[in-house]
Amino acid sequence: MKKYQLGEFEELVILTVGILHNEAYGVSIKNEIESRLSRTVSMGALHAALKRMEDKGYLKSFAGETTEERAGRPKRYFEITALGKKAMLYAKTTRDELWSAIPKAVFQVNIAG
Amino acid sequence: MKKYRGYPPKFFLRFFRWYCHPKMQDYIEGDLMEVYDARLKTLGKRKADIKFIVDVILLFRPSIIRPTKGNQNLNTYGMYRSYFKVGWRNLMRNKGYAAINIGGLALGMSVALLIGLWIFDELSFNKYHKNYDRIARVMFHSTYNGELGTTQWMPFPLGPELDRSFQDDFDHVVMSTFPEGHVISYDDKKFSQQGQFMQSTAPEMLTLHMVKGTRTGLMNMNSILLSESSSIALFGEEDPINRVLKIDNRMDVKVTGVYEDLPKNSQFNELKFIAPWDLYVTSNGWLKRFLESWNDGMIQVLVQVRQQSDMEKISQKIKSVIHDHDTEENRIHNKEAFLQPMNKWHLYEEFKNGKNVGGQIQFVWLFGIIGLFVLLLACINFMNLSTARSTRRAKEVGIRKAVGSQRSQLVNQFFSESILIAILAFTVSITVVLVVLPWFNEVANKQIALPKANALFWISCVAFTLFTGIVAGSYPAIYLSSFIPVAVLKGTFRAGRYASLPRQILVILQFTVSVSLMIGTMIVYQQIQYTKNRPVGYNRDQLVYLNTATTDIYDHFEAVRTELITSRTILEMTESSSTMTQDYQANFGGFQWKGKDPDLTDVFGVSWVMPEYGKTVAWQFLDGRDFSREIPSDQSGMIINESAAKYMKLENPIGEIVMLEGHPFTILGVVKDMVVGSPYETTRQAIYMALRWPGNVVTLKLNPSKVTHEALTEIQSVFNKYAPAVPFDYNFADEQYANKFSNEVRIGKLTSLFAGLAILISGLGLFGLASFMAEQRKKEIGIRKIMGASVASLWRMLSKDFVVLVILSCAIATPLTYFFMSGWLQRYEYRMEITWFVFVFAGAGTLIVTLLIVSYQAVRAALANPVKSLRYE
Repeated sequence: MKKYQLGEFEELVILTVGILHNEAYGVSIKNEIESRLSRTVSMGALHAALKRMEDKGYLKSFAGETTEERAGRPKRYFEITALGKKAMLYAKTTRDELWSAIPKAVFQVNIAG
Repeated sequence: MKKYRGYPPKFFLRFFRWYCHPKMQDYIEGDLMEVYDARLKTLGKRKADIKFIVDVILLFRPSIIRPTKGNQNLNTYGMYRSYFKVGWRNLMRNKGYAAINIGGLALGMSVALLIGLWIFDELSFNKYHKNYDRIARVMFHSTYNGELGTTQWMPFPLGPELDRSFQDDFDHVVMSTFPEGHVISYDDKKFSQQGQFMQSTAPEMLTLHMVKGTRTGLMNMNSILLSESSSIALFGEEDPINRVLKIDNRMDVKVTGVYEDLPKNSQFNELKFIAPWDLYVTSNGWLKRFLESWNDGMIQVLVQVRQQSDMEKISQKIKSVIHDHDTEENRIHNKEAFLQPMNKWHLYEEFKNGKNVGGQIQFVWLFGIIGLFVLLLACINFMNLSTARSTRRAKEVGIRKAVGSQRSQLVNQFFSESILIAILAFTVSITVVLVVLPWFNEVANKQIALPKANALFWISCVAFTLFTGIVAGSYPAIYLSSFIPVAVLKGTFRAGRYASLPRQILVILQFTVSVSLMIGTMIVYQQIQYTKNRPVGYNRDQLVYLNTATTDIYDHFEAVRTELITSRTILEMTESSSTMTQDYQANFGGFQWKGKDPDLTDVFGVSWVMPEYGKTVAWQFLDGRDFSREIPSDQSGMIINESAAKYMKLENPIGEIVMLEGHPFTILGVVKDMVVGSPYETTRQAIYMALRWPGNVVTLKLNPSKVTHEALTEIQSVFNKYAPAVPFDYNFADEQYANKFSNEVRIGKLTSLFAGLAILISGLGLFGLASFMAEQRKKEIGIRKIMGASVASLWRMLSKDFVVLVILSCAIATPLTYFFMSGWLQRYEYRMEITWFVFVFAGAGTLIVTLLIVSYQAVRAALANPVKSLRYE
């Protein structure tokens, strides 16, 4: 059964949180995804995903500093929990298993075709 | 460098602040502002604004919108959970105390539940019949010798008259015989069955549930409806429809239907077959002379009134129906007809002086009150134990108050604790009831089942549990929540001198109820025993009788008698018109004798007997002689009982001539009064006359030198030879006599059960209270011991308080029960006097039990080593 629930977008977000390590807050995550994957990320989708993963216990957050461009509002930094790490690893290994299960021929045909 | 600071569209920002979850609002807004700021620099104000609006709209999604209720717990659910948790921990910490509390309450609740079920069953009597609120029986009051009597024995012409003159008022008028044993035979199978002859609309009126056939099965004169159980007894699994049976070996009838057996809480429970009324009339030729007589009560008349009509009004309407038809000389009796509705048949059976005075309803009240009292006793246990232990909870109350609990909250807390205990007790009690119910049914002669499928039952159970919890918790809740926090927390809290006063009053109340129940039970038993020992005037040992229903034995009487006596099976045998243990065959008057008061309307119980009757039952002569076969003129002789001699005011009755319907009868002898009807009533004046037609009751005195069951098989073989159609259903006279007490014995058993439980519950409470007192005074006892107090003096000190309470309650209970039980005894004409012995015995018994309970605790406390109790100070 579904041991760890991790949606596709959630996986992207949690990976980015990992990349940003200690620097992950709303805007930085958004920018990171947008620049790496060249797609736009809406604020709504991002915060919804962050909240959902926090509820699931994959992420935890703490309040950070405020800056002028934020009109005095604090940042909220996100960190991956141990459970979150397990979930990421689980997602990765299942992908790898699936990858390794695909016969080589599939790609060769594609190249040939 | 000075930044150009733009500001996002205010409306959307406000919109965002309005909907966003307050926990996230701050930093999401920060993110929005940061992004906006960046966009403003690269894209310009207009595009940044548009993107901002898009972001705000996209953020409007369920996981980000604030919950409608806000994020605070607005209910006090958590508080209640804490109450239950604290209550549970308290129970767990004091397991013995919890066991006494829950056990006592569970016992009380089981009794209340059982009684509740019993009362429900009594109140639902006859509800099996769908039209039960419209069915009634016709009865009338009449005056004889200045006394107003009430009867349901109706004259024959009443049925047709009601049908004819009042047809607008009744749906059905059904004439019926009273239930009577008849022999039903098919092939070689024969059974004595209770049955009634009824008019053809009876099944419709009683809304019988037909298993086979229809309710119209009695239209044909030669038909019969069987109950399911009697159909199975006769035919097993075979189809009974259209089989031909014989009733009493002379009426041929065809089975036209089978109805579901009527439940135990229906008046017609014993009705095993119904045969057509017309068959009864045509096959009993001797009835002819009664068919037109308005003066002879022979039958039952049942009616069903029209829908929405008022039974009272119809009662008024038919009031004079019998009186109007009475002959001139009978009009002095002033017969006043009325309807008694079906819902009163069972509970309001008795009439006195023309008033419906009740009956079984008394027991409904009695048991209802007992149930309530037993429950109250259990609640008192709970109150006493909780308040006695109040010092233990005082600190908790103090702290709760100090941190801001209001009194009402503490009241709630203690109520939730008592409800918790009530719920636990209820689960125990429902198990107890399930286990005990079959046994209870047997004792109470009922068919009660837990109505598990009935939602109303469970709702009332919940209400009952809450009620018990609230009653039990009321006093502790008010008492415990009244503590003053400062006094309690400082440690200056002392239960005042009068703090235990309410507790003592409750203990007195408890024991008053228990002792009263005990005395009541003892008096009921004494009265039964007293009546059982009443001299009956004849010898019922080895006396066997059976109903023959056919004339075969009468026809061969001499042969049967000689055969059985010569084989030394019996000592004597006789035939008569009624059994020793039932009532007389007839109650009638019209006798004339010398010196009769002309204003007297005489009534005698009359039985017709064979000359051997006296020898068989061994009646005792005060004067004169028995009937004799050798003297032919004895055919017009009679024997009267002692009461009759007094009633007739005859100085010397022997040889007096009594006229009946123009025929002279000579009084041959006077016998001692015999108990024939209810043993609780005074014996009535009775006349025994010579039997000149089949009497249908054969009575045999077995030879004591023969083993009973051998004698019975021998009698059976002789009877089968002469009367093959008659089932050999014999009865022992002493057993039948004992059956007369079954109702009283049942009541006695039930009350003694409840009284026992009441005492047990009170004792349990006392045990808890005594153990607590002993524990509380541990240090005092220790010091007293060191100062030289003896164990005996300590025991006296600890027991004294309780003994005084118990003596007080005995003193209250004695006049109370004396008053009530003398009232109860008034119902019996033959009754004992209440003796002081009962009260002394009950008082002494209770005192001994109390002493045992209290002494156990007191002696334990007195024997304890004072070092242990004083070590810590």
